[in-house]
Amino acid sequence: MTWRAHAVLVIAALITMVFVLRLVRRRDLRGKYSLLWLATGTVFLVLAIVPGLLDWIADRLGVGYAPAILFGLAIVFLLLVLVHLSWELTRLEDRTRVLAEDLALLRGDLDDEPG
Amino acid sequence: MPHTTLVVIPAYNEEEPLPGVLKELREQVPEFHVLVVSDGSTDDTAAVARRSGARVLELPVNLGVGGALRVAFRFAVRGGYERVVQVDADGQHEPLVLRQLLVPIDDGADLVIGSRFAEGGELTYAVSATRRRGMAILRRLVRMLTGQRISDTTSGFRAFSRPMLEFFARSYPTEYMGDTVEALVNACHAGFRVEEVGVNMRGRGGGAPSTRGFRLFYYYVRLVVVLVASAGRRPRTP
Repeated sequence: MTWRAHAVLVIAALITMVFVLRLVRRRDLRGKYSLLWLATGTVFLVLAIVPGLLDWIADRLGVGYAPAILFGLAIVFLLLVLVHLSWELTRLEDRTRVLAEDLALLRGDLDDEPG
Repeated sequence: MPHTTLVVIPAYNEEEPLPGVLKELREQVPEFHVLVVSDGSTDDTAAVARRSGARVLELPVNLGVGGALRVAFRFAVRGGYERVVQVDADGQHEPLVLRQLLVPIDDGADLVIGSRFAEGGELTYAVSATRRRGMAILRRLVRMLTGQRISDTTSGFRAFSRPMLEFFARSYPTEYMGDTVEALVNACHAGFRVEEVGVNMRGRGGGAPSTRGFRLFYYYVRLVVVLVASAGRRPRTP
C-alpha cells in the first residue's frame, strides 16, 4: 500500500476511537459497548503505523493481495459487534418479559386488596 | 432526630449469611433502620430478610450491586434519611465499625470509605494475586484522576451524606466495579468531600468471590477505559 493509503487508515482509525471515547465520556455510550470498537480501532491503527506488518501477515497467510487482510478484519470485527448486540438484545428481551410479569403480578395483588 | 440513618444491604442469593448479619445489626445498632435490596435473588433472601424485621425491596431482575444501590439511594432520599451506610450481606463488615464510618459524615464528609488498607484497618483474609495487582493499578489511577489518596478503591463498606445520596440517586454508575471506583471518582469531580477510614474486615461468611480470571480482567479493562475517557470531565449538574 502507498503511504497515502496508510495515512487515510490512520486518520480513519483515530477518528473512530476519538468519537467512541467522546460518547463514553458524555455517558451516551456504556463502557461495554465501546470495547469492541476501540479494539477495532487499535488493531487498524497498529496495522497502519507499523511498516511492513500488513505485508508480513499477508505473506504468512498466503494472501496475494495484502489490503484484502483489512477487508477480512473489518468483516470479522463487524460480525463480532453484531453477535455482541444480538446477545445483549436477547438478555434485554428476557429482562423486559420478567419486568412485565412482575407488574402483572403486582396488579393482581392490588385487585385482591379490598377497597 | 429518630431514624435518620439507613443501613443498606445489597444481597444476591445470600439467604445463609443474611440472618446472622441482620441479628448483629439489631443487637449492635438498634436505632438504625435496615433496608435489604434483593437483587433478583432466586433463593429465599427476601423472605429471610423480612422475617428478621428488615425493610425489603425486591428487584425482579438482577441489576448488579450498583443497580441495587441505586434503588436504595432513591428509597433513602424519598424516606428523608440523612445518612446511609452500605454493608455487605456476607458478614464481612462488623456492625460496630459502622459508627466509625459515620463520624466523618457528621464532620461534613460526603462519602466515607471503609478501607482494609488504611491506617487502623486490617485484612484477616487472603486476596488473590490478580486482584491485588488490579487494586494497586486502581489506586494509582484514582490518585492520578482525583489527586486523592484512597487506599481501598473497591471497598463495599461505605457511608454517604444526604447531599451525596441525592447526587447518586440521579447518577449512580451501575456497571460492575463502576459502582465503587467510578462512583468515587465522580464524587471527587463533583466537589464532594471523600474520606477514608481504616476498618477491620473479616473473611466472607460463605460463598466465593464474585468474579475471577478472564472476566475480572475484562472488567478492569472496561473500567479503565471509562475512567480514562472521563478524565477531567465535569459531571452534568442536573
